[in-house]
Amino acid sequence: MNDVQAWPAEAGVGAGAALALIVKRDLCLSFRRPEQLLQPLVFFLIVTTLFPLGLSLELSTLREVSPGVLWVGALLASLLSLDALFRSDAEDGTLEQLVLSGQDLTLIVIAKTLAHWLVSGAALVLVSPLIALALGMPVGVFATMLASLALGTLTLSWLGAIGAALTVGLRRGNVLLSLIVLPLAMPLLIFGAGATDRALADLSTSGALYLLASLCLFTSTLAPFAAAAAVRIALE
Amino acid sequence: MWTWFYQLASPPHVYRMAARLSGGFLAAALVLIAYGTIAGLVFAPPDYQQGDAFRIVYVHAPAAWLSLNAYVVMAVAGAIGLIWRIKVAHAVSAASAPIGASFTLLALVTGSLWGRPMWGTFWAWDPRLTSELILLFLYVGVMSLRSAFEDAARGDRAAALLAIVGVVNVPIIHFSVVWWNSLHQGATVARFGKPAMVPSMLWPLLAMLAGFLCFYLAVLCMRVRGEVLRRELRARWVREALGS
Amino acid sequence: MSSAEGLAVDRVHVWRGERHVLKGVSCTVRPGELLHVRGPNGTGKTTLLRVICGLLRPEQGEVRWDGAPTERVRASFQRSLAYASHEPALKGDLTAIENLAFTVGLKRPVRRTELEAFLRRTGAAALLDLPVRMLSAGQRRRVALARVLALESKLWLLDEPYTNLDAGGVALLSELLAEHRGRGGLALVVAHHEVPAVSDRLELAA
Repeated sequence: MNDVQAWPAEAGVGAGAALALIVKRDLCLSFRRPEQLLQPLVFFLIVTTLFPLGLSLELSTLREVSPGVLWVGALLASLLSLDALFRSDAEDGTLEQLVLSGQDLTLIVIAKTLAHWLVSGAALVLVSPLIALALGMPVGVFATMLASLALGTLTLSWLGAIGAALTVGLRRGNVLLSLIVLPLAMPLLIFGAGATDRALADLSTSGALYLLASLCLFTSTLAPFAAAAAVRIALE
Repeated sequence: MWTWFYQLASPPHVYRMAARLSGGFLAAALVLIAYGTIAGLVFAPPDYQQGDAFRIVYVHAPAAWLSLNAYVVMAVAGAIGLIWRIKVAHAVSAASAPIGASFTLLALVTGSLWGRPMWGTFWAWDPRLTSELILLFLYVGVMSLRSAFEDAARGDRAAALLAIVGVVNVPIIHFSVVWWNSLHQGATVARFGKPAMVPSMLWPLLAMLAGFLCFYLAVLCMRVRGEVLRRELRARWVREALGS
Repeated sequence: MSSAEGLAVDRVHVWRGERHVLKGVSCTVRPGELLHVRGPNGTGKTTLLRVICGLLRPEQGEVRWDGAPTERVRASFQRSLAYASHEPALKGDLTAIENLAFTVGLKRPVRRTELEAFLRRTGAAALLDLPVRMLSAGQRRRVALARVLALESKLWLLDEPYTNLDAGGVALLSELLAEHRGRGGLALVVAHHEVPAVSDRLELAA
């Protein structure tokens, strides 16, 4: 029997094509369950509604705390959806197939996290102007707010990927996920809400935004490796 | 020449060595802490700004310093265990976690006790105390993650990875909290600066730092023995060591 | 055929918590051979397959592929294998052909017509465009088999592949295994019951 004939030399699939394929798969899966796409957005709305209800604030006072309230709401809403990043694939065995595909696990993690951010973090960013208006945030602050939320939710997705991989398959993993990720996300909250705060006070926001951007870059570079290692640990 | 180094990875060897070392560390700790406490409480002069209230620094500063050190030890030991697959390293990491968390709690309590006479309130979101609080959350996260796994080996590896991620984040968290504090607090809040120290104040502090370190190492050795036993239950040397 | 070709499992030990699950397991599978792994429940059959795949690292022992330890050539080794786990490992919300397209597409560029041919071969052609959650357990098993075929891998690691298959499916699987071996492929099959025409058996004891 001729070995070379039976097993064709692999044409192989490049990193870019593999990334695109995985992103497409995850987006496909997300859009087939549209009600699940809405959940984080609704949660965002609910959480931000809790603050005026609980604090009985007038619009003027509400405006002052609006950056923080908005950011905490976005943070919690993002966390809610992060649990699903690896869980479904781990439960039906497709995560193993991904790991065994011969593609770099780091690449797989990057693809899944990006796809997840597109339907959760990015969606939150798009909805945020409505919430901001409800909280009385002046429109001039919106640019800073959107930039900070975009960078912040992306960074949170990277951190959340590590947490999601570490807690996948654990009972009550979502509670543990929040416990693990929230302390790590505090710098995010500080820089992001801080930038928006400064915009509200008509101060220069560039410092805070640069800090947030560098944090985002730092996390984006290192987190995928940590998350890939965490996936391996989870599958053992 | 390197045999002593390789022996560090051997569980029975570490089990025996830790027993001997912990006694020595404990003795040193008692001496140093006794000296530091007496000299700090009785012989050091009161601070011209804070009066006698500053004396709590003799407990607060070592506790805070050690809370950070214990986290680094936990992360480094975890990394060694993860990369080179050495179980003893995971035992050290697991042993260090609750000790570090206790020191963090002590730092927080002494810090807020210190805050009372200084600012009139037990908690004022001072950057250093806030960083300590976040450090406590990180400890709780690592310990919870480890205990959530049924398979102890996987729990060790997951906790080690989280500890490494945490240790990288600690400087970032501290910097961000300091930045945050500088935005929101004016000059009205007194900072947690160590008061300017004359030698008679400084020596007790150094003694307390060294004493706390020895105490940490003593308790670490004791706990490591327990953690090693737990991970090696099936081994023959354990049955022999426990004399059954 | 050199003696180093194929799969070699060398004295592998695995502990799960306190349990010594794999106690120095060794076996060899050469091109054209089929190894049947069997034993009572809980003796580590699935664990053995996962160790061979590289999903689990053994505490002692080694797995070698064509003479080289798989630890060192992990990526290329994983591209040479097709692993079918106990669950069919399919996304319920995707159709059968989409599942195949996404998995196989990560390994090699593949056209829809090719995938249709594989699904036809395993008798799942009518289920092409149905979401997998609407398929029965036996039908899902056939789709999973089509994936194994479509990956065109030399080493097949199949965990309880006969589960939920009807008589026709069982015959089909035996046929596919025979064809695979004829092409010089290797297969390791974990199964509770008899597997026809095996080259060798590995019994795992408690």
